[in-house]
Amino acid sequence: MRVGESVQRVDGPSKVRGTFAYSSDLHAEHMLWGSTVRSPHPYARITSIDTSEARAMPGVHAVLTHEDVPGMKLYGLEIQDQPVLAFDFVRYGGEAVALVAADHPEQARRATQKVRVEYEVLRPVTQAEDALRPDAPRLHPDGNVTRHVKIRHGDQVARADVVVRGEYEIGMQDQAPLGPESGLAVPDAEGGVDLYIATQWLHVDQQQLANILALQPEKVRLTMAGIGGAFGAREDLSMQAHACLLALKTGRPVKISYSRPESFVGHVHRHPGRLSYEHGANTDGMLVYVRARILLDGGAYASSSTAVIANASCFAVGPYRCPNATIDGIVAYSNNPPCGAMRGFGSVQNCYAHEAQMDKLAAALGMDPVELRIRNAMETGTEMITGQKIDGPVPVAELLSRVSSMPLPANVSRPLPVYGEGKGGAVGPADLTAMPGGVSNTTHGEGVKRGIGYAVGFKNIGYSEGFDDHSTARVRLSVIDGRPRVEVHTAAAEVGQGTVMVQAQIAGSELGVNDIVVLNADTRVGSAGSSSASRQTYITGGAVKAAAEAVCQRVLGLAQSELHPASELRIENDNVVGGDGRQIVPLATLLGDAVIEETREFHPRATHRLDPETGQADAHMQYAFAAHRAVVDVDTELGLVKVVELATAQDVGKAINPLAVQGQLEGGAAQGLGLAVMEEIQVQDGVIRNASFTDYLLPTILDMPPLRMDILELGDPNSPYGLKGVGEPPTISSGPAIVAAIRAATGRDIRRVPVRPHDLTL
Amino acid sequence: MEFLQPATWEEALAMKAAHPEAVPIAGGTDVMVEINLDHRRPETVMDLTPIRELTEWGTDDGVLRIGAGVSYTRLIDELGDRLPGLAIASRTVGSPQIRNRGTVGGNLGTASPAGDAHPPLLAADAEVELASTSGTRRVPVREFFTGPKRHTMRQDELIAAFLVEPAPGPQQFSKVGTRNAMVIAVCSFALALDPARRRVGTGIGSAGPTPLRAVDAEAFIAGELDWDGRRPPSDATLSRFGELVAAAAKPIDDVRGTAAYRRHALAVMSRRCLAWAWATPPHLWGGGARSAPEGL
Repeated sequence: MRVGESVQRVDGPSKVRGTFAYSSDLHAEHMLWGSTVRSPHPYARITSIDTSEARAMPGVHAVLTHEDVPGMKLYGLEIQDQPVLAFDFVRYGGEAVALVAADHPEQARRATQKVRVEYEVLRPVTQAEDALRPDAPRLHPDGNVTRHVKIRHGDQVARADVVVRGEYEIGMQDQAPLGPESGLAVPDAEGGVDLYIATQWLHVDQQQLANILALQPEKVRLTMAGIGGAFGAREDLSMQAHACLLALKTGRPVKISYSRPESFVGHVHRHPGRLSYEHGANTDGMLVYVRARILLDGGAYASSSTAVIANASCFAVGPYRCPNATIDGIVAYSNNPPCGAMRGFGSVQNCYAHEAQMDKLAAALGMDPVELRIRNAMETGTEMITGQKIDGPVPVAELLSRVSSMPLPANVSRPLPVYGEGKGGAVGPADLTAMPGGVSNTTHGEGVKRGIGYAVGFKNIGYSEGFDDHSTARVRLSVIDGRPRVEVHTAAAEVGQGTVMVQAQIAGSELGVNDIVVLNADTRVGSAGSSSASRQTYITGGAVKAAAEAVCQRVLGLAQSELHPASELRIENDNVVGGDGRQIVPLATLLGDAVIEETREFHPRATHRLDPETGQADAHMQYAFAAHRAVVDVDTELGLVKVVELATAQDVGKAINPLAVQGQLEGGAAQGLGLAVMEEIQVQDGVIRNASFTDYLLPTILDMPPLRMDILELGDPNSPYGLKGVGEPPTISSGPAIVAAIRAATGRDIRRVPVRPHDLTL
Repeated sequence: MEFLQPATWEEALAMKAAHPEAVPIAGGTDVMVEINLDHRRPETVMDLTPIRELTEWGTDDGVLRIGAGVSYTRLIDELGDRLPGLAIASRTVGSPQIRNRGTVGGNLGTASPAGDAHPPLLAADAEVELASTSGTRRVPVREFFTGPKRHTMRQDELIAAFLVEPAPGPQQFSKVGTRNAMVIAVCSFALALDPARRRVGTGIGSAGPTPLRAVDAEAFIAGELDWDGRRPPSDATLSRFGELVAAAAKPIDDVRGTAAYRRHALAVMSRRCLAWAWATPPHLWGGGARSAPEGL
């Protein structure tokens, strides 16, 4: 396994066969099942909680409330504002109020219904705009504005020849990981606990749990369990503290596994938003200014809202040169379900707006939309609206020209219906699956119009604004059964993205050893940071590279001191070889019983906090770019959309595992397509109306078209191997390109996503 | 939860008489979802999958009698030529796995206004055969549904089969969902032409408290169609038909769509279904086809 090779997932076959053990499959002898009492109200005062009836039920071993939380009663990634178990108030529908542990999951579930919680129901704040009103109820001590990012760049009163304005609304998307929140907490004999958990960041969970449980961090040990996707949904605690509290209380292993509806209220979502934009440009199409107000609804608790709104603001104008900008990015508390991290992290919402604006501007100028974008495209050295001069390859114009010059898919011919007797005597056109509406037989070509749309987006890779981003790797070389073996140990969460393969490839490349084992992630090694922000290949990859290089140095030092004092050596294919490639000594012989182990921390370059008044700073470490072209067929009478093809060009710097890169580009585009045309958590009066996969629709194979990919490897001079983070850019511009294509097909001014059939017809 | 598993149909009827509260389960594609989502916790469940009679179909005096436990997959494969409308509808049910398990009997038992089989059964004027220890009765599907998820069955009855004539003419079905597969209907429409009797049947799904017929639309279009000459209906006729179908719906705003959109979509779908049905080549007109329509 070497860097640059396409390597298949180690867990691929077991997942396909259905034998892979997910966190929901965990089991321990004598374990109890935990279940959660949740608030039916989005906003209410808790007047009493009576657990006596639930406690008296047979098979019930514990019923816990906030009074049973021994340590900090509040937690949160950025602001500690979320109760482990609600006290005084509940602030969203589905908030955890009490816990039950019982012998059987059904009994636990029944016991939750016997926990009597009395509420004084309050009128919820269900719109972010309402939360900002002076007479709105104060949902948290510091008020309802979680963060207001101000960017003041250049001339604040600049004027332009051509001005376009637009208002845009983004619905609430869910990460919808197929594996629901689940884990197993096992108490030890010394008051500590082991938690087996599918998470995105073991160490931040550990630190938060230690605070909640009032234990030293070393008493709370976490081990990564089989994960069924994450996409941001597992950055915050869900059932972690609850399972640990129940396990420590009962002295028995406790498992909690959410149902699908519970999962929808058990994790944060993508922020819905309302965005108002004004773009000014000269008649030659060059941007003069952008003024924008971005209002995101953060819901009941902060989660990662303050970082999400920073991204939404920093990247508000898109990857374009813009000398003057006035951006107000506001994220507010409300009584809606809490919102936080999701793939794209603030860059998705604004991309819908800035790309719609660029199309509007092109139309106002009578200019080709791709040409307008290319004319304004950022390049290396361009000063962003935050004042940061962007370095490394910035191939915005190239990505756009590549996607726009790719061949277009053939037009579906639309003659009279082609009838035939298909399987089972089917009567209808030859291939309904190519039509909007698919097998539902809604059109045989009637009303169908084609549209083509373009979008480009960018975002930061890694943590920003002064956060000390780092990861830790331990690499150990020893001889097992006569063969050299490398063990790589990090705490990087494998969330489906393939970090385990990347780590093995990097260690394999650096050490020239064939047998590489990546140990399961746990907290026995230092923090890797989260599997988010498209950062793990860069940061943990960098740590593995550094540790492997250190091991390599020691091996070569050993070889030089014992054998070849002067020659230039390296390791290749389990052997130490000379500069000419001649084998000098097998690694197994050189090492014998020796074990060489090195641990390294990797820190990328530092970033700085945005100035609170001007939003100016070198706030981000690396930037990644992708462009998409979408071709859609729209049934203009029924408002149904068939995405015919997506094409993308993305600079990944260096593809460590090209197969996994392709997977990220495809999956990310599918998730972008979901928000564009179907995925929305519908919240009414603070309550989710579609908390199931029956009515929260994810794209199927008949919705996601083939993806034409052009993967560029332009090499970032600052990063390991020149790589760039890959996971998020595909989700940013894919949806906006689709919406642009729908606008082109229908001629309608679409201001809201997801686009619904009635938006296109009534 | 008590789990009953009768080995024979007679035993099933006896058990149902003794346990009228027992929830019958065949494919489980509705019942298990409801249990999973905690919408219902039946005290007693009766498994009908071992009963062979329910999975059989045959012809009885020119009418198809199809066991309640025949899966959608089998309907498509074995009966698609004789029941094209139901086959098109069956193809829109869930995923291949769901179509392998799900049954029309279960669809009728659940009686959801969104059940995909209901509109084609309404359009074709099918009957439901209900059985109990005290006997068997046949209820027209058009009288079967009494409210949202409610029907005319007695507590001691089970659905034995449904009966429907092999298509006497072209049939169509169309369903709007917000994705291109595996979706519950926002609304749906079925059409069945009976050229010999010069009748048109319709069925509307997911746009009212029960599956509905568009009775006025049926009467209007049956009178307008040029049954002898087979000239295509005019645009004005198609539009009027669509309007009457839309007017027959009683839709609401809900999580899947708005009432206004449902009416709009029904008008579009019904126009299109009629045009497709009428343009069906003569050799595919089924039992009622007597001569080729003009212009084809």
